[in-house]
Amino acid sequence: MRRDSAAGPKVSLFYDPKLRGAVYQIVLLVVIVALAVAFIRNVADNLERNHITSGFGFLDATAGFDISQTLIEYSISTSTYARTFWIGLLNTLLVAGLGIVCATVLGFLVGAAQLSANWLVARLARAYVEIVRNIPLLLHLLFWYNAVLRALPDFRDSYILPGGGLLNSRGLFLPKPVFESGLQPLVIALAAGLIAAWLWRFAAGRHRERTGMQRPLMLPMLALIAAPALLAITVFGFKMQWDLPELGRFNVRGGSEILPEFVALLVALSIYTAGFIAEVVRAGLQSVPYGQSEAAAALGLRRGQILQLVVIPQAQRVIIPPLTNQYLNLTKNSSLAVAIGYPDLVQIFAGTVLNVTGQAVEVITMTLAVYLTISLFTSAGMNWYQSRITRVNR
Amino acid sequence: MKRSVTSFVVAAAVLLASALPAGAATLDTVKSRGVLNCGANGQLPGFGLPDAQGIWTGFDVDYCRAIAAAIFNDPAKVKFVALTAKDRFTALQSGDVDVLARNTTWSSSRDTQLGLHAIGVNYYDGQGFVVRKSLKVNSALELSDASVCVQQGTTTELNLADYFRSNKMKLKSVTFAQLDEALKAYDSGRCDAFTADASALYSVRLKLAKPDDHVVLPEIISKEPLSPFVRHGDEQWFDIVKWIHFALLNAEEFNITKANVDEQLKSDNPEIKRLLGTEGNFGEQLGLTKDWVYRIIKNVGNYGEIFERNLGQGSPLKISRGLNGLWTKGGIQYAPPVR
Repeated sequence: MRRDSAAGPKVSLFYDPKLRGAVYQIVLLVVIVALAVAFIRNVADNLERNHITSGFGFLDATAGFDISQTLIEYSISTSTYARTFWIGLLNTLLVAGLGIVCATVLGFLVGAAQLSANWLVARLARAYVEIVRNIPLLLHLLFWYNAVLRALPDFRDSYILPGGGLLNSRGLFLPKPVFESGLQPLVIALAAGLIAAWLWRFAAGRHRERTGMQRPLMLPMLALIAAPALLAITVFGFKMQWDLPELGRFNVRGGSEILPEFVALLVALSIYTAGFIAEVVRAGLQSVPYGQSEAAAALGLRRGQILQLVVIPQAQRVIIPPLTNQYLNLTKNSSLAVAIGYPDLVQIFAGTVLNVTGQAVEVITMTLAVYLTISLFTSAGMNWYQSRITRVNR
Repeated sequence: MKRSVTSFVVAAAVLLASALPAGAATLDTVKSRGVLNCGANGQLPGFGLPDAQGIWTGFDVDYCRAIAAAIFNDPAKVKFVALTAKDRFTALQSGDVDVLARNTTWSSSRDTQLGLHAIGVNYYDGQGFVVRKSLKVNSALELSDASVCVQQGTTTELNLADYFRSNKMKLKSVTFAQLDEALKAYDSGRCDAFTADASALYSVRLKLAKPDDHVVLPEIISKEPLSPFVRHGDEQWFDIVKWIHFALLNAEEFNITKANVDEQLKSDNPEIKRLLGTEGNFGEQLGLTKDWVYRIIKNVGNYGEIFERNLGQGSPLKISRGLNGLWTKGGIQYAPPVR
């Protein structure tokens, strides 16, 4: 029974629910702040007492160790620890970003295949999900790294790929394009073409809403992209060469190199997370009542259109929140890179840098902050997308 | 409710206070715990490795056993904690282990920045390379452009970068958290060369699929003085571990061995008498007992015995004493006197 405090007899302040609630919250806040302060002082005191250096000054010192994959310039002799932090971070983002794309594509395919009318396809997809998600990710990783990629031949007996690429146990070596002239006009023309194609699509959508008639999309868009590019090439000319990888005494020289550690991590993360995404997608698709598809079919829509225009938009609302979880998992799981020596943030920064500088508190705090930031940004992006596609109830 | 909040605060404060590493002396902590916590390697035959029964053996392992023998008169009162190169210093700093005996190089930053004490060089080492014989490489200077597998978070990793840089060679290093992973990657052809301390190269070469297909290059590219480590801030504990190391060396110098230590108790040599505690009370000054060295030698043996048993002729590694011989026998191992 709740008593309306305004109408009822006057209660003592001690029993005033509002006041009580406020007091509890203040007490809790004080306790939390006190604990935090105590922890921080405890850490500072202990560091001081044990004569362990603290502070972030170490970030400006020269690192002096080698990193096998660097997306930005790095030199053993001059680059700082701060630089190694960014290199680790970019390597993490690279594998997580590509992993999310691959896992999503694969996950959607498998998820849809689970609902296929074809018995074999549906069972295969089901088997994929059950096998993949019931094996620990670390084993996936070790399997791909040790069993699959190590089985590739020594670099002296590389597989030679069409176009001059080389594949061996040290990675995939692809021809690297070296642009000599005409790159800038081409890029501008391509960008212009993409914008024009997008405008065409936008206009076609408006046209359809107004008249119900569908304009052709595919061919005009392709033409809009290709035409300016071809024009730029004929007017300004375009010259490029390929820097082909070739065998050296040790290793392969030239070309662009894709590390086996990177491939193993990417493949393992994608395949593993795709198993979960497939389930999310299956549940999402099944959440749309079958009557919707039947109604759409009655209106004369084709199968592809039913999926694209009726089922998927409704399924998306169910799919997005758990999908976000999977994206966050994938990003965090990328820190298992340590097991196979891929130079991600944890391996480089929370590994080598921590060990060399000994500043565990600072290094781990920075690493934690990075993962927290990445995760919060991912969630925020997905929430924004979710709010955009949520049905507005009138 | 109010009361339970208060009691929660009190409980939290008590918990927090007890979570603080006690400022108490390490020796007292070890004594009351009844066992020495020792950070060891766990993967390196000759230095630290548990066998099939979980019994640890190795050169560094015996240093921990010597400490336990001096304190408890029982070399078995040691709890070994296997640490990777990457985690070892944090474990010591945070108090998880009392002493770190894990083939760790003594360098200035580890003494200062990391807040640790190296107790003295127990093994003079240097960094070397292993390559496949089929590469026909005769010198590390020919390794430009080669992939090198290396363990992460070691001075080895830094020396490697330094060496390639100062000789203007191009380096492709592939780093792993564990020595075994780095070695496995080298063995499977991921790298052209594998680098580690020379002592470790002897020992891990035996783990390769075909040890005879590989060769250790002649260059030693760095000084790697290996030493056990303790935390800053407890001078008594630092003294104890340091003097146990010196006692092991002195015992070898005076030819006090596991076998003859009881006889040596009757010796008239004043230096032997002081060392074994039949004269003076040097052990008590350290916070140990008078017969601390007797306990160590009786249970573990002297430096030479520890070396030969784990690394030398009594082991599969067959490493010769070299720099690690006593100063009286052409090496540079030299201990201050107990007096």
